[in-house]
Order: sequence, then C-alpha cells, then structure tokens
Amino acid sequence: MSGRISPKKVPMAEQPPEERIRNFREVPLGYTPEQAIEEAKRCLQCKEAPCIKGCPVEIDIPAFIRLVAEGRFKEAALKIKEKNALPAICGRVCPQETQCEAVCTLGRRFEPVAIGRLERFVADWEREHCDPIAPNPPPKRGKKVAIIGSGPAGLTAAADLAKMGYDVTIFEALHKPGGVLVYGIPEFRLPKAIVEAEVEYVKSLGVEIRVDSVIGRLYSIQELFDMGYSAVFIGIGAGSPMFMGIPGENLSGVYSANEYLTRSNLMKAYLFPEYHTPIKTGKKVAVIGGGNVAMDAARTARRLGAESVYLIYRRSEAEMPARIEERERAKEEGIIFHLLTLPVRIIGDEKGRVKAIECVKMELGEPDESGRRRPIPVRGSEFIIEVDTVIVAIGTAANPLLPRSTPGLKLTEDGYIVVDEETGRTSLEGVYAGGDIVTGSATVISAMGAARKAARAIHEYLSGRA
Amino acid sequence: MAKNIHLLKVASPEIAKKAKAGQFVVLRAVEEGERIPLTLYDWDPRDGTISLVFQEVGKTTKLLAGMRVGDRILNLIGPLGLPSHIERFGRVVCIGGGVGVPAVYPIARAMKLVGNEVIGIMGARTAELLILEEEMRSVSDRLIVTTDDGSKGMKGFVTNALRDLLGSGIRVDRVVAVGPAVMMKFVAETTRPYGIKTIVSLNSIMLDATGMCGACRISVGGRTKFTCVDGPEFDGHEVDFDLLLDRLNQYVEEEKRIAAMDC
Repeated sequence: MSGRISPKKVPMAEQPPEERIRNFREVPLGYTPEQAIEEAKRCLQCKEAPCIKGCPVEIDIPAFIRLVAEGRFKEAALKIKEKNALPAICGRVCPQETQCEAVCTLGRRFEPVAIGRLERFVADWEREHCDPIAPNPPPKRGKKVAIIGSGPAGLTAAADLAKMGYDVTIFEALHKPGGVLVYGIPEFRLPKAIVEAEVEYVKSLGVEIRVDSVIGRLYSIQELFDMGYSAVFIGIGAGSPMFMGIPGENLSGVYSANEYLTRSNLMKAYLFPEYHTPIKTGKKVAVIGGGNVAMDAARTARRLGAESVYLIYRRSEAEMPARIEERERAKEEGIIFHLLTLPVRIIGDEKGRVKAIECVKMELGEPDESGRRRPIPVRGSEFIIEVDTVIVAIGTAANPLLPRSTPGLKLTEDGYIVVDEETGRTSLEGVYAGGDIVTGSATVISAMGAARKAARAIHEYLSGRA
Repeated sequence: MAKNIHLLKVASPEIAKKAKAGQFVVLRAVEEGERIPLTLYDWDPRDGTISLVFQEVGKTTKLLAGMRVGDRILNLIGPLGLPSHIERFGRVVCIGGGVGVPAVYPIARAMKLVGNEVIGIMGARTAELLILEEEMRSVSDRLIVTTDDGSKGMKGFVTNALRDLLGSGIRVDRVVAVGPAVMMKFVAETTRPYGIKTIVSLNSIMLDATGMCGACRISVGGRTKFTCVDGPEFDGHEVDFDLLLDRLNQYVEEEKRIAAMDC
C-alpha cells in the first residue's frame, strides 16, 4: 500500500478496430504479469470487502488480489477456484461494473479496482503455466445427480456437487458442452479454447458430460430417476428466440440472433466452405435490439464482411441494456446506431428474400413498468433502410421442450420454471432449477449464483435423506 | 437402394428404444459438418439399431453415402420432434413421394397396427427410383404406385392417384402425406374441397432442432411455428407452403459452392 494510488485502472491493450473487424480473435489482449501486479496493488484491502457481497458466487476477491500483488498467481487461481469453477469465462463476460466493481471502496473516489481484468489474468496465467489443478477427490457419497444443460448454470452445479462427492452426469442437447458460452457468445469476446479448458476442468472433478442428449425426448425427468439419479438440476437456459410479430419476419435472410450466432460460433460458418454450415454474410445488415446479444450479432456481421451494419433500437442509448464496453466497441467497429427507431415491417423481393426494412421514429414518453421512459411512435416518420439481412435480437422466451414433457412441473404464465428462490427447488421432489429457465434472460454469473444455491440445496436434500 | 438413395443402419440403442413414428434424428457426420435432420424409417429396440433413408443432395448426405460398415457417425441426436398422432380414424390414406416413402412407412405401419384401413399411395419420378414398395405393401390394405413417366404403376403424380381415389366417392377419414414440399402442397389442395384432415410432415432447414434457433420456422394458420418442436407434422390445410418453399431455397447458392469444391 505504499505510494500514491493511481486514480485510473491500468489500461488493457486491445486489437485496434480496423484490424479486429477482419478477424475473430479476441479484442482485449489481457494484462501482462507486471500490469496485473500494478493493478492489484491499487486494492485497498479494506476490511469491509463489499466486493465479495457484490459477487454472485462470493469469490474472496481481496484475498486473490493480494496474492496477485505478491506475484503468487497460482495460489490466486486456487483462491478463485474455491468459489468459481469458470474464472477465465467470468473475467471476460461478467458485468463487473454492476457487481463487484460497482461497490469497490476505491470506486468512491477513483476508478474501482479492475477486478474482472485481474480474474481473467489469473485464470489465463494458470491455464498457460500450470497443469490443470483439480482438488483432491472427496470421498464418494455413492449418489448420482443428473444435470440438464452444460451452460454456466449446469457447469457450476456440476462442479459444486462433484466437489461434495456426488457422481454427476451432465446431459447436453448439443454436440458440444458449454451452452450459450459456445453457441451464443462469439469467439472475439470469449475464445472457445477457453471454454473448452474450463469444461475440461469441470470434467477433471469427475463430472461426466453426455452430449447429444435431449432430455424431454431421449429421457424424461422421471426416467432419469428410474435410471438411478437421486436428484436433477435443470439448467437449460431460456433459449427460445422471440420475434417481433411484424410482417416479413419469416422472409429468407431474417435470422434470430440465436440462429445467426449459432451458425457462426458453434457451427463455425464463418469458415464456410471449409466448415459446411452456411450463413448469409450480408452486405447490409440490420440488427434489432439493444442488449449484449444484439452487440454480439452486429459485431459478428461486421467480421463476416458486412459493409454496413445498423443497430436498430426503439429507446435511446441511456436505456440500452448492453454493457457500455460492448456499445463502445461496437461503435468503434463502425456499427451505425439507429436509436429511437422501431421496425414496423420487413420488405421482401419476389423470391421471398429480404430487401429492406421499414422503421418509424420514436420519442420517449412517461416511464413504463420497467422504470424506463416508454417509446412512442412519431406519426408520419416512417422511413426505409435497404438491407439484405435482418437479425432479431430482442430476447428469448422459455423453451417449451422439457417443461412440456414433464408433468407436474410448475411453470409461470410465460413458461419459466417456478422455484423457491433460496434453494432452486421446483414443484417436483428432487428436481431443482436455476439460470435463465427460471429468471428469463440474464447474465452468466447470475445463472452460476443460482446454480450454486441449488447445488447446496441438493446436497442438503440428499444428505438429509441419507 | 436406388440411384443416389441409401439406407443407413446405425447402432443407437437409446434412440431405438424411444423412437416413435413421425420422429426424426439430427446428425453430424464429421467435425466440419452440418447438423442435418433425417426422418426415422425404422428402429429395432431389440437389436438397438435405427434405420435412415436418405438421398445424396448435399455435402453431408454425400459423406454418409461414402460410409462403410463399421464407420462411426460423429454425432447422432434424437429422437426429435413430436410423434405422429396415431389413432383409429377408420380409413387412412398414407402418401409418400420419393424419399418421403421411408418417412411415411412407419406412420402407415402404426396406423395399421391400431386398426385403421390403410390405403398407401407411393410415387417416384421413374421405376428405378421407387423404393420400399414391398414394405409399403405389407402395411397397406391397398397400395397404389405411381411414376411420373409411367414406367411402373399408374402414370402421373401421387396427387393424380389421390384425386381418382377421392373422386370415386370412397370415404376417407384422414390423409398423411410426406414428400417434397410441392407434393405436400398439392396433396393438401386435393383434399381441401373434401374437408379431409390432411397431415403433412415438413422438412424445413434446421440447425439445433431443439427449439433454440428458429431456423425451421414456418407459418401455420397465420402463426409462426417451429417445425422441430411444434412439428414436424402439421395440418396441411393451414401450412403456408410458398413460404416453406422460399425458406427451403435459402442456401441454394452456398450448396452449389460447396458441391463445386468436390469436383
């Protein structure tokens, strides 16, 4: 704690915009060990440590940062992994600015400690310098738990339960584990090699992952119990893409963000024809929405070679749910923001392909139920943008596949699973749920937090019965 | 089985145990490969196998055609989609066109099994492309075969046979048709004036096939549906076939590009 504290975070190098729009490599390049130590020394090591409470999985942030400041990176990694099995992922995609960093004591006067960047540094350093460190296997409890879905929630619940000595099997519907981390978040924001490494870590804890297994079709939840599983955790994500319900939405060239991103990320359509899944790269692309997924889609379109990418959002930038960082990067990459703009119809050619989108200008009225000012169409302000591709990124709804095949599972009106908030317990005995299938679209870390609570509750349930 | 049409028997005990008529699987042949849906032609829970029939049309089906006994399919996911609605309706006409025949076969079999009178209609462009005729005959009380060129059976399309059948005044309680989108469209048009419930099994482009992407979306009765989780079977009188056809043709240029690379 010697010397004056720098008011600003140690900056992190990035690929310059003109270069990065021509590749899918990661944009921020990470800290060097020297930069990490310098940044770690900014931490006040304050007694209250509000950052820990700001973290949905309660990482002992001051402790790991102290270890970084002392250059003890491997121990720092172990410290994080006590609470978080996926640090390289969280260091990249967590909205630290609304969580740990938002409550950082240093942040009252200066920029908060760059906790996210440090977490990322530590996880990357460990992956590059150490053999994966798995804790000593705990004594086996002789009980099996089934986890449905291998996204952030599923991986977290699996890791926690494996560490407690349960035999854990994850059932994943797609051919690759990781859920939204592999199909949704693009390579330039979260390299897939990092997801693979963290999935390998979870496997090293003894977790078995069965891909290509669609629960609800291949097996029902009841059948999982019949197969000898004593408890089930559902972490399947929300996953069903929403559309706006405007004319022309089923034209060829209109994608859900899920489809567009899955083609590019999971199926590697950006490498077509070396990889066989095609994608319409598009010269003029409109992305509808204002969240992180909309930014991901817009930036992906740019990298696929689109000359013009328009981001169409019905409110103003102040109401945008996307992280500031993502918005800034999108703007740097030449994404054109059409704010206070609402698409009213998509216009097609004689072959049913998109050729333009008609929009209307909006103005902000009184606050609505979300507390944000409600956008109201300005009469006569309609205008047309010529585009050949439209990506609808307005959010997701609950995927009905599993709930429909699970009698007795209590759902909300919108099809989300009803749980006890503290335990993730559903209306079915021994069945727990967490993540987007409970809350609707949220963040990676909040899904992980919910999974952690559910894992604890599953442990209590299973040990109480033993 | 016929020119460019192949039967693939795959060991998959889990799917074989769960499969029902009308369902499909998704597979990926190689690491670089696409995920493609294929309708289940047959399955045997005792020996743990499933059978798929496909036509070589794109990259993945070409790769599959080159497989030899003992080769592995990289990924196989299923059974997917909702099973066919099987009930004792009375007299059911089951129509298969081209590689739609292997898809309608298990439906006809299931319809027969619950006591329906099954009239099978199957067609192909020409005699050499007719497949599974004996199998269809074995599950039909009566089977009508058509070829476009008249090289076998009745000359004409399956819809001609259907029109004659309905025109004869015979009572039909339900029609199930599987085949090219155009064929299903005209089957639905043929039955519409008679008000006979007509079920079609759609072959939309799919990606994840678990309701996550919406690639397979179609319009049924003016509402958007996902073929993978809401179907694949729908009321043919409600389906917007022109939209389906446009959407099926989305990647024609890309398919040509990737096919040209193999030459």
